[in-house]
Amino acid sequence: MTTNGTLQILFFCAIVFALTKPMGAYMARVFEGEKTLLSPILRPLERLCYRLFGVNEEQDMRWTTYAFALVAFSLVGMLASYLLLRMQGILPFNPQGLSGKEMTPDLAFNTSASFTTNTNWQSYVPEATVSYFSNMVSLAIHNWMSAASGIAIAIALVRGLARKSANGIGNFWVDITRATLYILLPICFVYAIVLVQQGVPQNFSAYTKATGLEGGAQSIAQGPVASQEAIKMLGTNGGGFFNANSSHPYENPTPLVNFLQMVSIFLIPAGLTYTFGKMVGNKRQGWALFAAMSVVFLAGAFVCYGAEASGNPQVQALGVPGGNMEGKETRFGIPGSALFATVTTDASCGAVNAMHDSFTPLGGMVPLVNMMSGEVIFGGVGAGLYGMLMFAIIAVFIAGLMVGRTPEYIGKKIEKYEVKMAMLASLILAASILGFAAVGSNMNLPPGKDSATFTDAQKADEAKMPPLAMWNHVNNSSPSNYYGATYNNVNNSGPHGFSEILYAYTSATGNNGSAFAGITANTPFWNATLAIAMLIGRFLMIIPLLAIAGSLAKKVPAPATSGTFPTDSGTFVALLVGTVVLVGALTYLPALALGPIVEHIHMNGGKLW
Amino acid sequence: MVTQIKPQTQDNRPRKNAPKSLFDPKIIKRALVESFLKLDPRLVAKNPVMFVVEVGSVITTYLWIKEVATHTGNPLFTGQVTLWLWFTVLFANFAEAMAEGRGKAQADTLRKTKTETVARKLTNNREERVSAALLRRGDLVVCEVNDVIPGDGDVVEGIASVDESAITGESAPVIRESGGDRSAVTGGTKVLSDRIVIRITANPGEGFIDRMIALVEGAQRQKTPNEIALSILLAGLTIVFLLAVVTLLPFAAYSVRAAGSGTPPTITVLTALLVCLIPTTIGGLLSAIGIAGMDRVMQHNVLAMSGKAVEAAGDVNTLLLDKTGTITLGNRQAVEFIPLKGVDISELANAAQLSSLADETPEGRSIVVLAKETYGLRGRELASHEAEFIPFTAQTRMSGVNMDGVQVRKGATAKVKEFVVLQGGTCPNELDDIVTRIASIGGTPLAVALNDKPLGVIYLKDVVKGGMKERFDALRAMGIKTVMITGDNPLTAKSIADEAGVDDFLAEATPEDKMNLIKREQEGGKLVAMTGDGTNDAPALAQADVGVAMNTGTQAAKEAGNMVDLDSNPTKLIEIVEIGKQLLMTRGALTTFSIANDISKYFAIIPAMFITTFPVLGALNFLRLTNAGTTPESAILACVIFNAIIIIGLIPLALRGVAYRPMNAGAVLRINLIKFGLVGVLLPFPFIMAIDWLLTHLHLA
Repeated sequence: MTTNGTLQILFFCAIVFALTKPMGAYMARVFEGEKTLLSPILRPLERLCYRLFGVNEEQDMRWTTYAFALVAFSLVGMLASYLLLRMQGILPFNPQGLSGKEMTPDLAFNTSASFTTNTNWQSYVPEATVSYFSNMVSLAIHNWMSAASGIAIAIALVRGLARKSANGIGNFWVDITRATLYILLPICFVYAIVLVQQGVPQNFSAYTKATGLEGGAQSIAQGPVASQEAIKMLGTNGGGFFNANSSHPYENPTPLVNFLQMVSIFLIPAGLTYTFGKMVGNKRQGWALFAAMSVVFLAGAFVCYGAEASGNPQVQALGVPGGNMEGKETRFGIPGSALFATVTTDASCGAVNAMHDSFTPLGGMVPLVNMMSGEVIFGGVGAGLYGMLMFAIIAVFIAGLMVGRTPEYIGKKIEKYEVKMAMLASLILAASILGFAAVGSNMNLPPGKDSATFTDAQKADEAKMPPLAMWNHVNNSSPSNYYGATYNNVNNSGPHGFSEILYAYTSATGNNGSAFAGITANTPFWNATLAIAMLIGRFLMIIPLLAIAGSLAKKVPAPATSGTFPTDSGTFVALLVGTVVLVGALTYLPALALGPIVEHIHMNGGKLW
Repeated sequence: MVTQIKPQTQDNRPRKNAPKSLFDPKIIKRALVESFLKLDPRLVAKNPVMFVVEVGSVITTYLWIKEVATHTGNPLFTGQVTLWLWFTVLFANFAEAMAEGRGKAQADTLRKTKTETVARKLTNNREERVSAALLRRGDLVVCEVNDVIPGDGDVVEGIASVDESAITGESAPVIRESGGDRSAVTGGTKVLSDRIVIRITANPGEGFIDRMIALVEGAQRQKTPNEIALSILLAGLTIVFLLAVVTLLPFAAYSVRAAGSGTPPTITVLTALLVCLIPTTIGGLLSAIGIAGMDRVMQHNVLAMSGKAVEAAGDVNTLLLDKTGTITLGNRQAVEFIPLKGVDISELANAAQLSSLADETPEGRSIVVLAKETYGLRGRELASHEAEFIPFTAQTRMSGVNMDGVQVRKGATAKVKEFVVLQGGTCPNELDDIVTRIASIGGTPLAVALNDKPLGVIYLKDVVKGGMKERFDALRAMGIKTVMITGDNPLTAKSIADEAGVDDFLAEATPEDKMNLIKREQEGGKLVAMTGDGTNDAPALAQADVGVAMNTGTQAAKEAGNMVDLDSNPTKLIEIVEIGKQLLMTRGALTTFSIANDISKYFAIIPAMFITTFPVLGALNFLRLTNAGTTPESAILACVIFNAIIIIGLIPLALRGVAYRPMNAGAVLRINLIKFGLVGVLLPFPFIMAIDWLLTHLHLA
């Protein structure tokens, strides 16, 4: 570790800290329907939207209505994306003439689920698969929709805590309209222009043909990158315009843009902690969450940076000094890459500027553990706050009894119903990650242990493959490629291969979308299971949380006294951090032991996987 | 100044419900038998955590039998794991049986008092003898000296002294009379004098003693709301660990395939890991904690009608306390003589004492005592004088004495002034000034006059019980607001409230005011506790979250409240709150402890489990458990044994409750997080190491 690297991380923290209050205060005003600086321009637009879609602004929804609106909104969007992706061959803005044949049903299902759930896992290579239309309409629209929905859910849960004997938790349509108009749109507008200034392309041109230095022909992908890039980071979506994501010089050209991207990932999640404090009438409550998130974030950032900076002893033994630069861009260096990896997995962003697969075992474990924490370390837009509030409820319930009162959070009693729903939500996440990883690491599909590859000349033999083999057939592979057993899709053997599988399902369930990038995932099996994990991780988490919001809203808050469990103190911050770490550790430690941990010990002992 | 404060605690008299030793051999014996009976899967199924352990025990038992029969595997290891898994369930059952033990012993005693009683039933003024079991609600019965009262009821005619020791353990008889707030009688108690007619209010089997037996036996025990919520959390955690352990098998299969060496862990090992991880400590002790909490309430001679009420007591934000009897001693006492100008203070004291010599009221006695203590005036032999005592009446509102031609009067200022004027004297304005001053500080002034000469004023004061201020301070530290309820005027009320250190007061309170106060507090999200005894308290008792009825109170009050204090001591409300808090704290402490324990078990078991596949994982074995380098048995066994034994080790804590000191929640949380969280993480390490060492040296693994 260098002083410069450490300072980069601390400087990043300082900037996020400085932005939290103004951002949070602004969002609180937006969602409490107060006048803001932008109201004169945006308010008429907002009203127009309501008139167009027949939304009654005053209507207060019960949690069930709210949840139904959210799910319907998302699923209709997902279906539309599926159809548009399948039809991209006949749609405009397709200068490359991508036929759409690459978008097989399983891939289209995976992709539409991925963008709907704010995951942005990409089983495909964007440059070669999706048209500009698909990018801008079918996919990018979800960058807005899912981000706005996430913020809306968080706000609904905060209302549940803030309101007193109320039936409703707000109006979903109003919340997403405000989130989009007042928060996402203005920031993205400015952000995209800055990106263009820094060298990010924004065009509809066909790919540029170029001749490389070695004389080889090269096709340089183009497109409306800047506009997509802004919402990709701000909405913690993370789906890259290019396959290389934020390590591509067109997506992330300069260290300044790299820094801006990281800040923009945390901007809304960090701000929401302040919004929460403001809306429940005690800003210290918000800062307590902020503090807990910061502690875990810093721990992760420094472990990751430390592991990468100290590098791989086996490589050093070969006379290559310094840290681990494998899979990293030289213009970001080790701190810029380690910090980015930590930030993108703390939040449910999933954009990457370095290959996590190439990190050292411990360095790579940090992103994995971050996602296993439920992405509550600032987390996705909205998702981080509601996930952390769920942990706060569990923490308060476990330890809160120790002060001799039945547990309360922000004056609301945590009872049977809330505990049931919070446990349900966390159970579902664990079940999805562990269950799918168990299947993915063992599923034996034909042709079994050894994969099979067929050339055009072997069509007859290929036809003899059992139908089940199709499940792990690489889409559009040429020559035609059957992986067989699902664990054959990993690029590395041993514990590292296991980490790749565990990472994939953790990323999908956590709606992160970053890839360890070691799996050939574009097969029906992987596309389908990952898509299901994404849908589970999003909706089966949200519904119980909205149920909690509804139940809490109905309660009468008990006034805080000196006998009340203090949830705005340092002790609570420690307790909350302890709960997040402990719950994560207890659930995933055995799995981690068989992946990165054993790999780390092996690496120091001279064995690489 | 003498204030004769009788000790208010009841500890100096024999009590039926006095705490027996926690580990009475009789109770232990019964609990040992019970712990086996409780292995019935239908009973264990009520506790999801222990149910998983029992299912695990059955599975390993099967595996052990199979290994012994087929001479495969490692029967010594499987057998020991099986044994300790069964012990885990048995220990949890034992804890529950121990908690129930005291209640059962108590129920047995109560049953003995429920002898077959013959009732003298009145029908159209004719008496007939019927069995008490045939009495229905509304029947009239007669009870005379030495009759056992055949059922719960209200006295409708007469007055009697009744021995209620069967229920309260209090041997001194109590007065029961028709009308008013002392009309309720309880079946099974005995009339000691006089004759009363009782209207029966409970059908057989529904009486107070029946309910009491059911309550202490725990027959009607239902899980309380917080207990249910905690059970859900524990069940959820159990499922999480089930997932972690079940998926470990396929993960291990992958690893074995990838590493090309070793074997996946056996079912026995996985079962052992699962049992170690799931929160067996709190799961096994949860119901014992609840029962013991109820039992502690019982030991304070309070009958809680439901565990829910005890739990609610811990949450109480506002305590409504009646002034008289709770905050102040029942009676006012003379604290000062204030003479008018020109009157010698000893002259006033002398007159005051004279006028009170025959006054048998506590106030009168306190005047005599004050005069004696401060001015050395001894009681005089009055028989030698021609003394005529004028008793206090509601009309005259004065009392006094006519003796040797002088008339001494003390009493309400207005009446004394009238008396003076009537005698031809005049009252200076100074008298009114003194009176107003005393009234303004909450005292009661009594004017004293000798013939036509006003002498001065006696200052009577409500005496706040000793130690109350400290208790209210402690309550405040816990975040509980105390409100004093009194019929006094606001001025007097304020003065006493200030002196006693309560947070607020309700003066000139009517039952409606009380009710409104409770509702107002509840609307603000607060939980309210109160005590009451009269019929007009009943609605408020029912409305309050914790309503403690005095056993001396009316039937209506007892029905309305959710607790009955057999000692009829309103101060006990404070103790009930403390017990409620202690109950919740014990639950939280053991939950935290239980979960914190898991860290150490992972460090012991994971390296041991994968030692054949990934020997390098031995690096995690920083405990250096003896055998972990080669075989996993001893490390795993050590964890299972620790996991079972800790349940036994914590039974005393579960039954006694964690130590409780009133202080603010932040401090309590910090202390308990260290005591149960941090210690919970660290404590198992040395124990597991020691057990591991022992196992290897005994060649058990």
